Amino acid sequence: MSITTFLIISIIKSAAVVGVLLTAVAYSVWLERKVSAHIQNRWGPTRVGPFGLLQPLADGVKFIFKEDLTQPHVYKPLYIAAPIIAVVFAISSIAVVPFGNSVYIPETHIGSWLTIPEIYTPFQITDLNIGLLVILGITSMGVYGVALAGWSSNSKYSLLGGLRASAQMISYEVSLGLSLVGVIIVTGSLSLREIVEAQHHMHWNIFLQPIAFFTYLISAYAETNRTPFDLPEAESELVAGYHTEYSAMKFAMFFMAEYANMVTVACLATLLFFGGWLGPVFGPPILQLVLPIIWFCLKVFFFMFLYVWVRWTLPRFRYDQLMTFGWKFLLPVAIANIVVTALFVAWRA
Amino acid sequence: MLHLILFLFFGAVCVAGAISLLAQSHPINSALSLIVVMASLAVEYLLLGAEFVAAVQVIVYAGAIMVLFIFVIMLLNAGSEDRTKGSRVAIILGVPGVLTAALLVGWTLVFRSHTEMVSIGALPGGPKEIARLLFHEFLLPFEVTSVLILIAIMGAVVLASKPGAVSKRHDDEMPKAMPELVGAGKDR
Repeated sequence: MSITTFLIISIIKSAAVVGVLLTAVAYSVWLERKVSAHIQNRWGPTRVGPFGLLQPLADGVKFIFKEDLTQPHVYKPLYIAAPIIAVVFAISSIAVVPFGNSVYIPETHIGSWLTIPEIYTPFQITDLNIGLLVILGITSMGVYGVALAGWSSNSKYSLLGGLRASAQMISYEVSLGLSLVGVIIVTGSLSLREIVEAQHHMHWNIFLQPIAFFTYLISAYAETNRTPFDLPEAESELVAGYHTEYSAMKFAMFFMAEYANMVTVACLATLLFFGGWLGPVFGPPILQLVLPIIWFCLKVFFFMFLYVWVRWTLPRFRYDQLMTFGWKFLLPVAIANIVVTALFVAWRA
Repeated sequence: MLHLILFLFFGAVCVAGAISLLAQSHPINSALSLIVVMASLAVEYLLLGAEFVAAVQVIVYAGAIMVLFIFVIMLLNAGSEDRTKGSRVAIILGVPGVLTAALLVGWTLVFRSHTEMVSIGALPGGPKEIARLLFHEFLLPFEVTSVLILIAIMGAVVLASKPGAVSKRHDDEMPKAMPELVGAGKDR
């Protein structure tokens, strides 16, 4: 593959994936509002478009045209940088997520002046053999957006939110990372593609590693600051936590970052425990190409729905309960899971 | 060629971050400069082909340790530092010392080093190679280092805990405090 072809394919793939991700982010906000409304026996957004489907668009326009307030007491460089950091790291982790098989397009001629060379490329922006570690690294950098927003706003609610967020994310990152070690031991690879391909014939890791799955899910909920772990932005005590002082598009960027992180977590759960894009594939070639992506999207959708479902089912933890649960229960369970898995794998080898 | 340009670029970013770390007067800006240093070091590792080390560098240093730094700065609400002129000893001994050391290292690297130039990306740096090295050839140093870190953790715990606090823990403090809280609630 020549460098030009590579560049063009990469740009097309990146644009497509980021476009889909941002749309998914906008519509998960719609999903959240709609599902939460139905859980509480309300209607949710209904006015803009059928079933309120154009609501995210209206929200976006409103965010852009709102006045962007910058309080005089903030530390400006970091106050502006914080939402950018949050959203950049939240979106860039999608780069290593695979969402389907590879596609092969033979050499084609369009008219006499345009020749498309043969293309063989995976449904993934880039296939790294340490993809899992890259995702962990990028998400661990995302904390800075929240922490710096809290600090630079120079207000006590924001500071408390930022402090809580950084303490909570550091604590739960440990059990998040350790819960993934079990999967890595079973598969013997850090490449997300290889991890998925090792789960053929319904040998999904959820059956091999159920404890790892639940520790992953719980700590991922804490990492994304979602209920029951949404203490960094607990409305009833901290106004809005770390983004209290933000308005208009800057506030929307934190919102986007939160939902993009949720999508990443859902993708990772699908890839590591639910066989990624694997599922029944049949029919003509074009259907065989599209079906894996549909399975992947359906599984991710399930986890997004679970997020909302949990949010409107469980109340918020108290802060000491959160820390005790993370360090005294989740972490030992994750470590015990690693030890048992390692012993089992060594015994079978 | 592209590799070399990127390598030099991120080397420059790394040095700039290190200088900014020293020059900034506010602790949080210094901490952020240190993150830049860590992150650009990770990119350098990546360009050398040590992808696993690069990922670990980001996860451990840039992602975890520096968050703790920021956390402590936020918690203590540390303000701007006053600028001092520095000690005279540092200028008299430090500057010539650094220059001599730099000259010595440079001279050794240029004239005395017999190793061939490593082509960028040629070293094996995958997780499997590193695991094999750590758990076969360097098992003893690896385990001794982990014991060393364990000792450091225990030292930190001993220093942080107040004298006598460990023995007091059995005097269940919570139940004593609780009736007062409940009483206060009744008064209202």
